[in-house]
Amino acid sequence: MTDLTKRQFLGAVGSTAVIAALPKSVFAAPLSYDLAPVQVADGIWMIEGRTEYFSAENGGAIVNCALIETEAGIVLVDTGPSRKYGEALLDVARGLNGRGVAGVMITHHHPDHFFGNQVFSDKPIHALPETRALAESQGDGFADNMYRLLGDWMRGTEPAPPNTDVSSSVISIGGRSFETLPLSGHTGADLAILDQKTGLLIAGDLAFLNRAPTTPHADLPTWRAALDVLTEKNASAILPGHGPLDTSGASLAQTRDYLDWLEATLKQAALDGLDMVEIMDEPLPDRFAGMGAMPQEFHRSIAHLYPQIERDSMPLGQ
Amino acid sequence: MRITTGLLTAFFATQAYALDAPKVELTDPLDTGMWSYHQINILGNPDKIRFDERVVVKAPVAAEDSFNVPVLVDATALEDVKQMVFLVDYGPIPKILTYWPQKAEPKLSFRFKIDQATPVRAAVQTGDGEWHVGSTVIDAAGGGCSAPAVAYAADDWEEHLGEVRGRVWPEKGRVRMIVDHPMDTGLADGIPVFIIEQLQLADNLSGESLARLELHEPVNEDPAFTLYFGSNGVGNEVQVTGRDNNGNEIDAVLSAAAVQ
Ligand SMILES: [Zn+2]
Repeated sequence: MTDLTKRQFLGAVGSTAVIAALPKSVFAAPLSYDLAPVQVADGIWMIEGRTEYFSAENGGAIVNCALIETEAGIVLVDTGPSRKYGEALLDVARGLNGRGVAGVMITHHHPDHFFGNQVFSDKPIHALPETRALAESQGDGFADNMYRLLGDWMRGTEPAPPNTDVSSSVISIGGRSFETLPLSGHTGADLAILDQKTGLLIAGDLAFLNRAPTTPHADLPTWRAALDVLTEKNASAILPGHGPLDTSGASLAQTRDYLDWLEATLKQAALDGLDMVEIMDEPLPDRFAGMGAMPQEFHRSIAHLYPQIERDSMPLGQ
Repeated sequence: MRITTGLLTAFFATQAYALDAPKVELTDPLDTGMWSYHQINILGNPDKIRFDERVVVKAPVAAEDSFNVPVLVDATALEDVKQMVFLVDYGPIPKILTYWPQKAEPKLSFRFKIDQATPVRAAVQTGDGEWHVGSTVIDAAGGGCSAPAVAYAADDWEEHLGEVRGRVWPEKGRVRMIVDHPMDTGLADGIPVFIIEQLQLADNLSGESLARLELHEPVNEDPAFTLYFGSNGVGNEVQVTGRDNNGNEIDAVLSAAAVQ
């Protein structure tokens, strides 16, 4: 019975009892993403995601994507949570530039950032080698969970890992050059991209702004080191993975502040002998309570990080 | 959550297991269709039983990690609690563990492996023999029960088998412990059941028994518990003893943290 996944059911719905159990919204209206590009620099547009967690209501459109004009067409950074989203991105790209999409760059292997890849599989999809490996090994598991969370928005989506390794510090596409920063910490491989023409930094999920950072594959010391590198770049503006465009560096400072607080809070909880459910009951500081996807992301982070922090903190019995 | 639960309900509705009516017919606030079955098979079809809001079951709405789902059960609003049985409605092995609080409060934090979205129940028996049942629902992607233990990825797990980490907070009346053990359910291919069956806590000076636990397969790998002793507090040193189903013994003394 655990072999039955939501994905298989959407592929071949065979039982009326199953259909009756699906939420009404799945069938109520045809689902479509309303992606509005906003220009953020010379020849760069962003699609701003909602600062929420995945839901059948938002269709997973919670992520920021960038569209960058080159002489060869649009370069996309991150492709969104589903095939349908990728198709909507392609429409936006064609509206901006008649040549359509020239190539794709993927910041990291989280499903909201690369599950639109199928639509661009005939194009070079650049990513760090480790991102490709992680997308290959974890993509199916992500897909099962995304089908469960997003329902029919995911129809037809299969994980398509990146097809081109980023192996040099500069990538040039259609006469436009991008400095590639191979970092990690949010996941095992996080690519940040600095547009050399405008100085705009696309930080992926190394930076969040007014949306709680996520930690399912985080290594906090490495993440902080990556934030140091990004801060030193003195970018003209920063496009965080989630949240609005950052013109002041606030996303880097806020992400660091949150990670520091998160780690300190969990270490103190371990010293106090708290169980995970007890930590979830603790109030968030005002400066974090208003972030998007709170307190949900705090609760998720407790599950990701606390068992190891607690283990390291507890003395061995005699 | 609605999707998975709906699927399960549809599945169980087609299963032809025999279900005699229980002695006491309850209206399940969660109405899963499974409760009567557990009332008979796990609690032994008791004469006195009720759903009771004084048994508070707290857990995250969704399981972020199917292998480590935290639950806090608090029945301190009830007097004279003798035992607490924790179980899930849906799962290959419904019973998680039984807790005899003895000198502790009827309140426990633990973690378990969830196999699918399911209600979690705490059935609490008081001295008059009556059972009081509290519930909550946890959504899950699933698979926690039928996957092999993570420990086997590390090759030194045997060295740590049965080690106990933990601490005592005497004034706060709190004991927290983590016992290293794979807790294999027997449901993963080729890996037999290998679980801690019994844990006891005693005051290390007086030898007085403080609390007892009987663990079943769904308890998480490296079981982690907080026990609560309330305002009466607990002694500076607590001895933890126990054994697994292969006869391995657990024996450790937890101490109060040095005053900082
Ligand atoms: Zn991410």
